[in-house]
Amino acid sequence: MQRDAVVVSMEGITKSFGGTTANDDISFCLEAGEIHGLLGENGAGKTTLMNILYGLHRPDSGCILVNQVERNITSPHEAIALGIGMVHQHFMQVPTLTVLDNVILGLRNAREPLLDREGARQRLGELSATYQLDVDPEAYIWQLSVGDRQRVEILKALYRDVSILILDEPTSVLTPQEAEELFAMIRVCVNRGMSVIFITHKLEEAMSITDRVTVLRDGRVVATRVTSETTKAELARLMVGREVLFRLSNDAARSPAGPVALEVERLRAISDRGVLAVRDVSFQVHGGEIVGIAGVDGNGQTELVQALTGLRPVESGRVVVDGVDLTNAAPQRILRQGVGHIPEDFDDALVGAFTLVENLALDLHYTPPFSRWGVLNREVMRQSAQQVIARYDVRTPHERVKARTLSGGNKQKVVIARETSRAIKLLIAAHPTRGLDIGAEEYIRGLLLELRNAGIAILLVSTKLDEILSLCDRILVIEKGRLMGEMARSEADIEKIGLLMAGTGA
Amino acid sequence: MLDEILTVTFLTGFLAATLRIMTPILIAALGEMFAERAGVLNLGIEGIMIIGSFAGFAGAYFTGSLLLGFVTGALAGALLGLAMGVLSIRLKANQIVAGLGIWILCQGLASFLNRGIFGVVSVRPSVSILPAISLPLLNQVPLLGETLFNQNIVVYLTLLAVPVFTFIFRRTSWGLSIDAVGEEPHAADAAGISVSRVRYIAVTFGGLMAGLGGAYLSLALFGLYTDDLSTGLGWMAIVVVVFGKWRPWWIVGGALIFGAANALQYRLQALDFPLPYQFLLMIPFIVTLVIVVIFGRGQKGPSALAAPYERSEL
Repeated sequence: MQRDAVVVSMEGITKSFGGTTANDDISFCLEAGEIHGLLGENGAGKTTLMNILYGLHRPDSGCILVNQVERNITSPHEAIALGIGMVHQHFMQVPTLTVLDNVILGLRNAREPLLDREGARQRLGELSATYQLDVDPEAYIWQLSVGDRQRVEILKALYRDVSILILDEPTSVLTPQEAEELFAMIRVCVNRGMSVIFITHKLEEAMSITDRVTVLRDGRVVATRVTSETTKAELARLMVGREVLFRLSNDAARSPAGPVALEVERLRAISDRGVLAVRDVSFQVHGGEIVGIAGVDGNGQTELVQALTGLRPVESGRVVVDGVDLTNAAPQRILRQGVGHIPEDFDDALVGAFTLVENLALDLHYTPPFSRWGVLNREVMRQSAQQVIARYDVRTPHERVKARTLSGGNKQKVVIARETSRAIKLLIAAHPTRGLDIGAEEYIRGLLLELRNAGIAILLVSTKLDEILSLCDRILVIEKGRLMGEMARSEADIEKIGLLMAGTGA
Repeated sequence: MLDEILTVTFLTGFLAATLRIMTPILIAALGEMFAERAGVLNLGIEGIMIIGSFAGFAGAYFTGSLLLGFVTGALAGALLGLAMGVLSIRLKANQIVAGLGIWILCQGLASFLNRGIFGVVSVRPSVSILPAISLPLLNQVPLLGETLFNQNIVVYLTLLAVPVFTFIFRRTSWGLSIDAVGEEPHAADAAGISVSRVRYIAVTFGGLMAGLGGAYLSLALFGLYTDDLSTGLGWMAIVVVVFGKWRPWWIVGGALIFGAANALQYRLQALDFPLPYQFLLMIPFIVTLVIVVIFGRGQKGPSALAAPYERSEL
């Protein structure tokens, strides 16, 4: 296939939702046989642009040409018919159906309306062999790991004979080794004549896998570069709009580890599906250290954090905070014992319809000074909120705005502000920078280091290895609910952690 | 008293009545199963049954054909199912409020139309009910055969529909699409299935079935129409769907229990059971309550049940 033939051309695409413009006059073109990176921060408009190409959204203006023909793509069905397939970040799968049924969902066959499962199974087997994407067609989606679910998603696209494959942040759920396998698979696709659009916010990935990169910022195209002719630093500057500090070091002002703040002994917890999700987990966190729990999402981190914070029953084992046994204690008791909790989704920590004043007082609203005899003292709440907002640099017009109107970064600041303005000894932070832009991410990582230096024990659960490596003093790796290993930061590297995350470590 | 109940005549009569009365519940519940598996909770079923029984009766009365009566009832039901679809799918109304609205609307509408068309009369107009068909050979089964296998055509067709529906959900792309739309509409949408189209079809079919169930009441059970013909059968159908785990054969089981509770109540009344009849009338509802408490807990329906579908922003 001719390399410079344009297969997709999007011209002057504009799309707004309510008041916000997600895509502002974007032009983008994909050449045959290339891997084209779409780079940008969260909210830059990458996914919106691709959802438009995939027919999930209609652009307000602009036009799309596929193979030089102008097309009005109004549904994924039409996109697929044009040879465009998309693997979303949130998998588009029905958990209660099998892999096979998910693959054939929405397709027609010769025996319509009867299903041809036998024929589909054969074809799926051939595709699995060609692209080395191994999954059991009879397994139910809910039984699969995230990596397997991604393979199913890619198989779904391949099964539909697409020639253009869009991958939305595909490595965010993979171990480093799985990501390498994915890259190899992408190269097989390209060698077989496909063109690939690779959405990412990770610079290393953009540098290593793509042929060209288009950088988006605030819904606009900032630049398109040939990858081999650019640098990581240039891409970062284009993406953020200013120079970026690459590494926050936690070496400075490291205080010696204090007394044990959290002791977990042979903890077990059961997931919503009734399977053992946390298996005999034991570890300690001392005051003044950050202990990281690394792992691919869905390996028991959620259940572990919930069990520690009283939100999920502990089946067996013990949770001791500052010498007090808090196994299966009520959340309020745990909180009053000096535990702060940043849950994995900041929207779960805030009441969207409440003001910042109310949200900031949510934890202790029933006690003095926030209330007396059950009556709230609004003036004290307001003053306290004003102080906190200033101290944590929450960007808001005033303290009476509703929490849901804030950006993700500012919501997270409000959560951290509330959870750390009590006298806490232990902070349990689950994915504290998930979904935040680089600026907010830097700020929150800095805040965690400050808290550690102030002697607070921090348990940091994260899927971001760079975050784990740059912040943690000790690193634990969780896989299928078990701790696979423990290492000091000095002896940790991506390769080693990645192997443990995949459960194949030494 | 007890020896009157424990007679073969009573028992076979009771079983036959159970079959007759479970049929409208089963028809409506099977229809509601389609709507719910596609993600639409239609609480208007009771109202649609009332309209179905009225429209069915009027259709049969004026055309002189029971078949056309059933067709009228089904069409009226389908129209109301479609209305529920417009409210919940296009207008994205709260499905609980929309369903209750349909129920209230239908109650008033049926009563209004009945008075408008037939007037207030001392002798209600009536039609002859659907005749029973005795199944050859099977009616030779000792003791039970003669009553159990001597039912009207709708009873047989309904029971026949159960394996057909099972097949649709297990083996056809229609069933797969309905389940996908009810479980994970985003995934169905991305796979090229029109979520709203599937939901419209499912909820309209659900209405059609409820209309049929209603027409069964006026045309196969009573031969006339009164405003209180359905007496909560539509609500029981909704409970039966949950009890039946949204699966056809389990729904038959649920309908059987409710049919039996209703039949028992009628039979005991006929026997002059030494309890005020008001208490006997309560039996089916007490059964409903008990079943909801025992089996309603922890039943997980389609994930997207009662949630309007919207393509997410960003």
